[in-house]
Amino acid sequence: MFTAKDYAMPQSLDEAYEVLTARKTNHIVAGCAWLRMGNKRINTAVDLSEAGLDYIRETQDAIEIGAMTSYRSVETSRLLQENFSGILSRAVAPIIGVQFRNVVTVGGSVYSRFGFSDFLTPLLALDTKVKLYREGMMSLEEFMQMPYKKDILEKIVIRKGTITASYQMFRNAEADFPLVNVAAVKENGCYKVTVGARPGRAVCAPKTAQCLTQLLSEGKPADEAAEQAKALLKSEISFGTNMRASAGYRQKIAGVLLGRAVKEVEGC
Amino acid sequence: MLIHININGEKKKLHCDPDDMLMSVLRSAGYKSVKCGCDTTNCGLCTVWLEGKPVLSCSVPAMRCNNKNVTTLEGVQEEAKVIGSLLVDEGADQCGFCSPGLIMNIIAMKKELENPTEEDILHYLAGNLCRCTGYMSQMRAIKKYMGVEE
Repeated sequence: MFTAKDYAMPQSLDEAYEVLTARKTNHIVAGCAWLRMGNKRINTAVDLSEAGLDYIRETQDAIEIGAMTSYRSVETSRLLQENFSGILSRAVAPIIGVQFRNVVTVGGSVYSRFGFSDFLTPLLALDTKVKLYREGMMSLEEFMQMPYKKDILEKIVIRKGTITASYQMFRNAEADFPLVNVAAVKENGCYKVTVGARPGRAVCAPKTAQCLTQLLSEGKPADEAAEQAKALLKSEISFGTNMRASAGYRQKIAGVLLGRAVKEVEGC
Repeated sequence: MLIHININGEKKKLHCDPDDMLMSVLRSAGYKSVKCGCDTTNCGLCTVWLEGKPVLSCSVPAMRCNNKNVTTLEGVQEEAKVIGSLLVDEGADQCGFCSPGLIMNIIAMKKELENPTEEDILHYLAGNLCRCTGYMSQMRAIKKYMGVEE
């Protein structure tokens, strides 16, 4: 369990950043589901729940999700169910239980860039940007590769578009972490493929995506295109071994998930 | 630190530390239905409602609940008795340790879902673990409570 000497509930991001950076050991507390399982020593816990960051809203060309929005809101949001083939809502739905998802926040997961995340893999496959208080707007892909810096994630912005998408994951039991997950998004005939829970952070698989784009545009049947893409995915993405699964097992499962994702996207 | 919480309709002033979670503050205040079962944020035993929504009180900072409404099993006794009887009738209650959290989530589900299917019920209650039973007897009791036909 973490310890904290003081607790702040800033009303704005300016105030939050000031408190956060006042001391090295000041730290943001979001859903606390993961934080409480560690033993971090925090001086001032900075709680953003009164800073107005709990929203899912639609702009002309994007959907914005505030950092303090819960996973349950993502799951039940009509806006997110009706956009992006509903993959964001479907990706968070199997995570533990309703009570857990009412607590866990989008910002906590995205900022922490957990390898086991069900949410980051589909998010990365979409055209997603993150807005940080200090660093400003940047692509999620860039953010995923950045080292941890003291900053505040304000919101994520996902561009809307005419896309078809699929999210596939494999877990040993309901409410467990995914062993591996795959997302595939098709927009204007072009694929984007991401793989997560490798068990490292989610990454893009551009060569696999390009292969799918080319083969399917040439009129290859979806299952044949997926078979060729699977072989490429194995060489393109590195998998690791942990207590849940070996690298080889993950590699095999990722191929199967890619096949399912392509079939879903192609409507077969 | 002093926080003001409305617990089961009663205004309370409670002292807590900055790193206290809602679960421990509620227990210290005498709400013993709230328990920590797993310490890994997934068993559902510590379920209470925060502003009407079921949450795991083991991972909600107590300070976040300042000026908020919290409901524990002690605040829904009538409904809890109905569910408790149905669980007993089906032989679902063995050690009973998980029942408070389960009952809080069942009532929340009834408020939120209309005419749920068995799949909807399983999905909603996936975060409530029972280590005695195989969930079949609970499911029969819950279906009766929800008015779902077999």
